[in-house]
Parts: sequence; structure tokens; C-alpha cells
Amino acid sequence: MHLKHGLGRAAVLAALLAGTAPMALMAETPADTLVLADAIDDIVSIDPHEAFEFSGVDLNNNTYDTLIELDPTKPGELVPGLAESWSVSDDGMTYTFKIKSGITFSSGNPLTAEDAAGSLRRVVKLNKTPAFILTQFGLTPENVDQMITFEGDTVTLKTDKAYAPSFVYNCLTAGVANIVDMKTVMANEVEGDMGNAWLKANSAGTGAYVLKSFKPNEGYVLEARAGHWRGDAKIKNVFMQHVPEGATQRLLLEKGDIDVAREMTPTDIAGVEGNADIKVQNDVGGQIYYLALNQKKAELANPKVQEAMRWAVDYVGMTDSILKGQWVVHQAFLPQGFLGALTETPYSLDVEKAKALMAESGVTLPLEVKFTVRNNQERLDIATSLQNTFAQIGINLVLDVGDGAQGLEVYRGRLHEMTLQTWGPDYPDPHTNASTFASNPDNSDEAKATGYLAWRTAWDPGAEINAATDAAVVEKDTAKREAMYQDLQTKVRDNSAFVFMFQQARQDAMRANVSGFYAGGATDSASYWTVTK
Amino acid sequence: MTSIPAPPSRSRLLPLVKQILLGLGTLAITLLGLLLITFIIARVVPTDPVLSIVGERATEAQIAAIREKLGLDLPMWQQFAIYVWDAMRGDLGNSIKTGAPVASEIARYFPATLELATLGTIFGTLVGVPAGVLAATRPGSISDQIVRVVGLMGYSMPVFWLGLIGLLVFYGQLDWVAGPGRLDPTYDMMMEFTLTSYTGMILIDSALNGAWDVFGNAVSHIILPAGLLGYVSMAYISRMTRSFMMNELGQEYITTARVKGMPEWRVIWVHAMKNVLVPLITVIALSYAYLLEGSVLTETIFAWPGLGSYITDALFSADMPAVLGGTVVVGVAFVTLNMASDILYRLVDPRART
Repeated sequence: MHLKHGLGRAAVLAALLAGTAPMALMAETPADTLVLADAIDDIVSIDPHEAFEFSGVDLNNNTYDTLIELDPTKPGELVPGLAESWSVSDDGMTYTFKIKSGITFSSGNPLTAEDAAGSLRRVVKLNKTPAFILTQFGLTPENVDQMITFEGDTVTLKTDKAYAPSFVYNCLTAGVANIVDMKTVMANEVEGDMGNAWLKANSAGTGAYVLKSFKPNEGYVLEARAGHWRGDAKIKNVFMQHVPEGATQRLLLEKGDIDVAREMTPTDIAGVEGNADIKVQNDVGGQIYYLALNQKKAELANPKVQEAMRWAVDYVGMTDSILKGQWVVHQAFLPQGFLGALTETPYSLDVEKAKALMAESGVTLPLEVKFTVRNNQERLDIATSLQNTFAQIGINLVLDVGDGAQGLEVYRGRLHEMTLQTWGPDYPDPHTNASTFASNPDNSDEAKATGYLAWRTAWDPGAEINAATDAAVVEKDTAKREAMYQDLQTKVRDNSAFVFMFQQARQDAMRANVSGFYAGGATDSASYWTVTK
Repeated sequence: MTSIPAPPSRSRLLPLVKQILLGLGTLAITLLGLLLITFIIARVVPTDPVLSIVGERATEAQIAAIREKLGLDLPMWQQFAIYVWDAMRGDLGNSIKTGAPVASEIARYFPATLELATLGTIFGTLVGVPAGVLAATRPGSISDQIVRVVGLMGYSMPVFWLGLIGLLVFYGQLDWVAGPGRLDPTYDMMMEFTLTSYTGMILIDSALNGAWDVFGNAVSHIILPAGLLGYVSMAYISRMTRSFMMNELGQEYITTARVKGMPEWRVIWVHAMKNVLVPLITVIALSYAYLLEGSVLTETIFAWPGLGSYITDALFSADMPAVLGGTVVVGVAFVTLNMASDILYRLVDPRART
């Protein structure tokens, strides 16, 4: 008898479960609210002078502004941000910015030139990971108070040499150059941290939104500011939910519980095709997939072998299948969207040509090469494809699979033979990639110049390329500078220890009623204030 | 004549005190052992925690400076001694990745796991025990077969698959429950800005605040992941209950009770159950402790910010203070539950009191 009671209890439980149904029903998200789902566990800090991960920089792009901005509606074009005008001295070493008047921070404090100068100084003094974007102009914690000054509504920035003005301006659009409300930040200073701990949970900017709440690995909430200098945002509230699983994001999107899903897999994207309520927006990202060949292995330093490898990659085969929607074929070190980026893709899979080149190389075949790859499905898929096509030209790739940090240590220690890697630009200027792929002042082991990818793979670009990289970063004429980078990319593409293969593509899936969502492309970050529903 | 009240018996109190002291001793040794093993494994793995925080651009000098700042340049035994000394004073160190105190990070993640695991265990026990008893009293019957098959499914089906199917059916198709996450965004805002947080467990906090709409939303969010975890633990609990109960039902005292004409429900639920409870408590406690570690896959699919995903994230970024902090919490949970089940034994089984 009691057994029946046991079952009865289960039935009651089932009824209880069913009883929750009415509460769970949820219609579309409110018209003035944008709900996004993304994997935001990459965030280390949301202090704009420390944040250097995609999700954190995306967040800060909406709560802070820079002196000069990239225009979301005209990608690649510089437009005034908090500075109404700017100029550079004849000697190319002094930059002057005139700060707009009438702009306020979320605290209500007015924006001043002192805030702008103080913010840029703070970057250098805090010296967190992205600080090098500014310190590369010769700024140090010791000299920054003299190098960055203010007077009235003008901020002056001095550099240690005459760089290309476009280089300086591009760097000032990066997230690290966001201007913070120095009075509020310094009022929250603890043990000389310049408000760093406080800014990890609060925002103090002039951006279109103010941070209402941030919970790491859970999400954040933004609220639009009334009377914003750019005009009021249509979307009043932004909710970002940390949803790491693509299939879960898809389900939420299909149900209308979220407006934008930013981390769906190609399978999920294919699954929503044909759903009239959902649209997919394609964009590019800044990451580049490339192979690095260690020049300490003699066979891999042979130019014929390098060229053969370039003809032995099934670029289109991969982007049409395993990398569909995630990566596009790209064969230069500058991602599309950067000044001077090459868009042509001269190499394709041509086994016969590659075989002929291997024969010309004089290398004994079959050639065995250890291939260091990170333990991740996409990378292993690429590695398998390469293993297959390289085998056809007499190169046997022996996979050496490990986690990301292990692979990176091998690469930084020059212990690889060939490795599959990605590289993302640090700031929206071509120098960011040129300085690492096309520059290596000292190729000796003792130099330990791990910041240069060319050094890591023991490739000496030679005096000509090193000099060309140095010249491009100081070229004042932007058109000439563009041509210089195009030339550099061609040389490195056709004759170096690198094989460039793909550029990141990005697919954001969203409800059909969402428009104006700007993901940021290869050079910028996401903007929520442009969205309407 | 007035009777003089007897003083509390020292002989009854002593074993309890002894047991608690023994428990605390076990806790200390277990934790030390756990920390030592985790520490050694962390150092043996060829992953450099510094690389994951400084980024690709860092120079060797910057890496060395950070290594020195974090104390990673010290000999291993010294690092371990410093860690244990700090941990004893309640300082679990700062996360390498975020720089925030590990203790405060865990304080944020653990309540989410605690809430989920507790509800899962309650589900698992409420369904698993009667199901096990049902199966044991009718071995070989259809109901036994059903319990066995349902249990086997709980054992063998990957939890992420069950989770996704559960979401697809109950959230996607039937609309019975809310989707992933702990609350809908609007309720989440309400919880954060208008209500007082006492425990970090939303069900309890919203009830204490009398915010029944938030409570209802939290229930509709937690019911599916908790039901899923409950199902997995139910599979284990029902199998163990079945086996314990069958063993008891074969005992002579049960035959005697039946011969004396005692109703069957009394034989099973009073006499046999009393003895089944002793090992069953351990089974339930172990299953609870297992859920308290945080079920990483369930947490990932349901976007549940719990301890499992915290420790996994920390492992991936080689954030050792966070991993060790998480290990301490899991260790404490295990030992505490073990102690609690020992004390429960003593209440249930008079023989254990001596």
C-alpha cells in the first residue's frame, strides 16, 4: 500500500513540476531592452586601462569613449570622439587635442582636459597588459607627467620620435586609451591602485551606457544615459548573459528570450537558417590562422619547401567544410579592415606544383616534420587536412598535440618544428602585426625576443624587411604608408617562415527585429547604442 | 524524599566529543593531503600560469617580474608552506587571472552550486528511495524492470545530452520551464537591486524577502537542472536502495515479523527501512557531496554560475590559487558530509553510539 504512496509522491512531484509552467512563459524581450548571450568568461578585468580581452573591450566600448574614434558606420575612418580636433607639430613629435565642451561623465562630473591627460597617464602608470600600446611612444611612468600635459581645454602628447601620425591616432582609438572620470576614480583609490579595484566592478566614463552590474562569468547590465553627447541610445537597457554553450544560445534565441546570440557554432547557425524570426549577420574578426616553420630545421628554411607548403594547403576545401562561417581564406599578415591589408589570395591547393617544388628543393623525401597543435577540435580538423595534403607532396606531419599554454611555451621556446597558430592584432594599426611578423632585430637565442613571432620561429627577415617595417611606422603620408604595408605583406607572404591561411569570420545570430548591431569588424568593438528593435 | 537529578553522563557525552575531535582531525589531514596532491599535480603539469595572464606580447623580463610577484620563483615546498599558512588564517590568496580574493569569488559561486545540488539530492532521494523499495519488494516484476532501465539510463546517458534534450523538450517545445540561467534578466535586476541577499541562494533569499514572483521565476529556472542532477543521483540511490532492501528482506527478523502477521508496509517501511537507512545515509551523503563538487557539464549547458565551472575555468587558465581554493571547499564539503552521516548513524543505529 505504501508503495503506492511512494508512487503518489512522485506523481505529486510531477504535478509540481508542471505547475511551474505558467511562470516560465516569456514573450519577446521588452522593446527598449537588448538581451545578448555570449561566452564572456574571457574577461580578466573591466578597468578600461587593464581590459584586453574581447568581451571586456566590447563592454567598455559602450561605457567609455576615446579622444578619436573609429566610425561604426564607416569602418576604418577616424572621427572625433571626445576631442573635437587634433593636430601634429611639424617635427611630428607633439600632438595636440582640443577637448569637446559640455560632455559629462556618468557621475555628472564634466569632462575636462585634465581627465583626458590623467587617463592616458594612468594607463602608463598602472602599466597593465595593454599599456604597451601607449608606452611604445616612449612614455614611461617616470616621464609621462611631462610627456602628457594639459592646459585649458587642450591635451598635449609628446612622443620620443616622429611616428606616422596615423599610427598614433589609430592607437588612440584602442580600448586602452578610453578616458575615465579621474575625480571619481581617484576618490575610490585603495592602497595606491589608482582606482583599479573599484573599476573592476564599476564604470566611470562618458559612454552611451553606464554599468549597473557586473558579475564575472554571469553577465552584466548596462543602462542608457539620458542626454548623451552622441544622442540618446534607443535601447535603454542592455543585458548580457554568459551562456557558454552554443546550442543553449540557439534555443534561447529561437524562443525569443534573447535578442542576439554571439557564440553559436556553424551547426547551430545552419540550424536557424530558414527561420524567419532569426537573421545571421556576417562580419570579420582580426584573428589570423598561420603556420610557423622553425628555421632551425634546415629543410624548413629551404624557400622551395616553404613555397611548396603554400601550394599544399586546401584553403577553400577547409573554409567550405570544417571552417564554414568561422574563417575565410586570407593570405597576408594584415587582416581585412586594416590599413593596407592585402585581399588577394594567390595560393590554392595545387599538389602537382607543390610536388615539383619539393623535387626542386633537393630535400630528401619523405620529410618528417613534428607539427605542434593545440588540443581543440577546429585546430585538429585543420591539422588533419594539412596532414593529408602535405603527405601527397612527401611531407609527413607527426602531430604533437597539447593544451594552448603548452603549445605556446614550445613556440616561445623555439622548440617546435612546425606549429599551427592564431594571432590577433593588439590595436587597430597595421604596425601591430607588421612589428611581429615582419620584424626581428636580433635572431639569436640569447635575445629571447618572444614578443616577435619572427623570433619565435627563428626567422631572420633580413635588413631590408626590418628596415621597411621601421620605415612604415614613421611614414607621415598615409597613402604611402598603405603602399609600404602592401609591399611588406607581399614579401612576407611569398618568402618567409610563415604560411598565412585564414582570417576569422564572425557570425552573430539575432532576432529579425534587431537592426543596427555593429560587431566591430577586425579593428573595432561592439556598439550597442546603434541598435534599434 | 526528593530525588537528586543525575548529572549528565560523562560516558554518553565523551564518545560524541571524541568523535567530533576525530572528525576535525580527519578534516585537517584530508585537506592537507588534498592540497598537497593538487599542488604537486599543478606544478608537474607543464603549463605556465603567468603566460595566461600576461598575454602573447609579454617579454621575458615582464614574465619574470610577475613570477616573482606571485611567489612562483620560490622553491615548491616554500610556496606550499606559505599557502597552507595563509589558508589556515582564512586567506585563500588572490586569483591569478582576476586578482580578486579567491574566498570572495568562491562565496559567489558556491551558493549557486549548493542550491542546485541540495535540490537535486532531495529529488533524487524522494524518487530514488521509493523506487528502490518498489523494485526490491517485487524483484523481477515489470516495476523492477522499469526502475532498472530508468536507473541504467541515468547512469549511462551523457549528462550534457540529457540536459540539452531536457531543455529542448521542457523549455523549447512544452514551455513548462524557464531557460538557462538562474533568473530572467528582469528578476535578476530585482534580486540584485531591490532585495537583500542573505545566503546567495536565490530560492531562500527571495522567500526571505517575500518576493514570491522572483521565487517563482527561480523555481522555474532551477527545476530542470536540479531535476537532471536529481535523476542522475536517483539512478544511483534507487539501485543501492534496491540492493540494501533485498538484503534486509531476506533476514530472519523480517520473516518473523511477517509470521506474526505484521502488515507488509510496516515490515518494509519501519522494520527493514530502519536497517537500510544506515548504509543509505552514506550513499545519499556521497551522492550529495558529488553534486556539491559542481557538475561542470550541467552548469555549462544551463549557464549556471557554479563551483564546477569556476574550478574548470581556473584549471584551464592554470589559476592555481583558484583551483586550490575550490579544492579546499570541495574537501570541506566531503568531510563535513561524512561527519554528518556519521552523526546520523548514531541517531539511527543505537549500536553506533558506543
